[in-house]
Amino acid sequence: MVAVATPITNITAYIAYFSLIWLALLTAKIPPLTVIKRSLIEIPFVAFALLMPFFGQGERVNFLGLSLYQEGINAGAGIIAKATLGVLSAILLSATTTAREILRGLEILRLPSMLVQIATFMLRYLNVVTDEMERMSVARSSRGFDAKGIRHWRVLANSAGALFIRSYERGERVHLAMLSRGYSGELPKEEREDVSPQQIALGLALPLLALTSLLISILIL
Amino acid sequence: MHIPDGFIDIPTSAAFGTLALAGTAIALKKAKTEVDDRTAPMAGLTAVFIFAVQMLNFPVAAGTSGHLLGGALAMVLVGPYAASLAITVVLGVQALLFADGGLTALGLNVFNLSVIAVLVSFLVFKLMVKLLPKIKSAIPLAAGIAAFVSVPISASAFTLQYAIGGNGTAPVETVFIAMFSTHLLIGIGEAVITMLTVSAILASRSDLVYGWSRKEVALEIRS
Repeated sequence: MVAVATPITNITAYIAYFSLIWLALLTAKIPPLTVIKRSLIEIPFVAFALLMPFFGQGERVNFLGLSLYQEGINAGAGIIAKATLGVLSAILLSATTTAREILRGLEILRLPSMLVQIATFMLRYLNVVTDEMERMSVARSSRGFDAKGIRHWRVLANSAGALFIRSYERGERVHLAMLSRGYSGELPKEEREDVSPQQIALGLALPLLALTSLLISILIL
Repeated sequence: MHIPDGFIDIPTSAAFGTLALAGTAIALKKAKTEVDDRTAPMAGLTAVFIFAVQMLNFPVAAGTSGHLLGGALAMVLVGPYAASLAITVVLGVQALLFADGGLTALGLNVFNLSVIAVLVSFLVFKLMVKLLPKIKSAIPLAAGIAAFVSVPISASAFTLQYAIGGNGTAPVETVFIAMFSTHLLIGIGEAVITMLTVSAILASRSDLVYGWSRKEVALEIRS
């Protein structure tokens, strides 16, 4: 949030942000290669941002024989920097915190319990259903199926349909199983350890440091 | 692929986030009256289904392939409210755990994909069901048309957000033309796949299709 609100011209602040997040990633002992691999997701937007300098009005800059718009360079750099920061912090969160803890955190933050329940089911059955899909794909190839073009869409669509029916029927079975164990629309509350002030302080440390570095960089300039 | 952090400025993100929140609140309320205590497991498994089906690759030509977005499909199968909740959760999980789509942009993504896309496809689907003859084979067609319309419309919603608070210099018209034309093509693919998938499900378990199941078939006792 702090990062997104910062203008890109404030380069010092951005250097500080990147050092902070990499520091946090390193303290959490996340292999840098994993981080880089998982950052690849933002590539389509990077491509869009790289096109930015070719549009825009006003000041032009010559760079490697290309005449580019200063405004566009700023906008493009801003998008790349901010998106990368966002991706890095999401990686930090998901690599250090288990899905269960994130869900519990959301519950403490007063997200409607229905949404938390849906997310719980989603995460719990994600592997089951993707495995199911994998088995279907193995079954298709073992019958000699090789998807090459639009002509094969019907087969794939049938698979998607079968996948839905299987997921839905699984949902029905899960629901009945839950009912037989006394489900009444609310998941039983687990023993909830309260969030200690230390944990809150630790959680706020990164954003606060980012804010501080923003303030310092403004003062310096 | 969703909007990442920093693409759209904070005030715009916050405004659309509020709209998304309102849409989700309505969906939560309606889903409870519609499918009662089955909401959580059912919407949960629908969310898993959407997530999984997005990994199913549909080859187009020359090595390129696309995947289903699933908004209209889920709407036809489980109804607009449960579908909207499922997509919201998918987006949330993608943002939190898979770094796909920024957290500050979550409201924008939810608004585009689980409010606008589902709402538009629901309205188009209703209209089509009314216009087309009341036979079973009309349902996949209506679903396909709904899917076709919903994709470029939600792409236009993105363009609107870009026009209001985009952190970029590409002119709005260029972005609109690029977004709209590519998503028109994506919409065609989405429509064909949605149509085929719905007809596959109708053929084997027509009772699971929300858009059709209202017409109860009297139990036939054969002796």
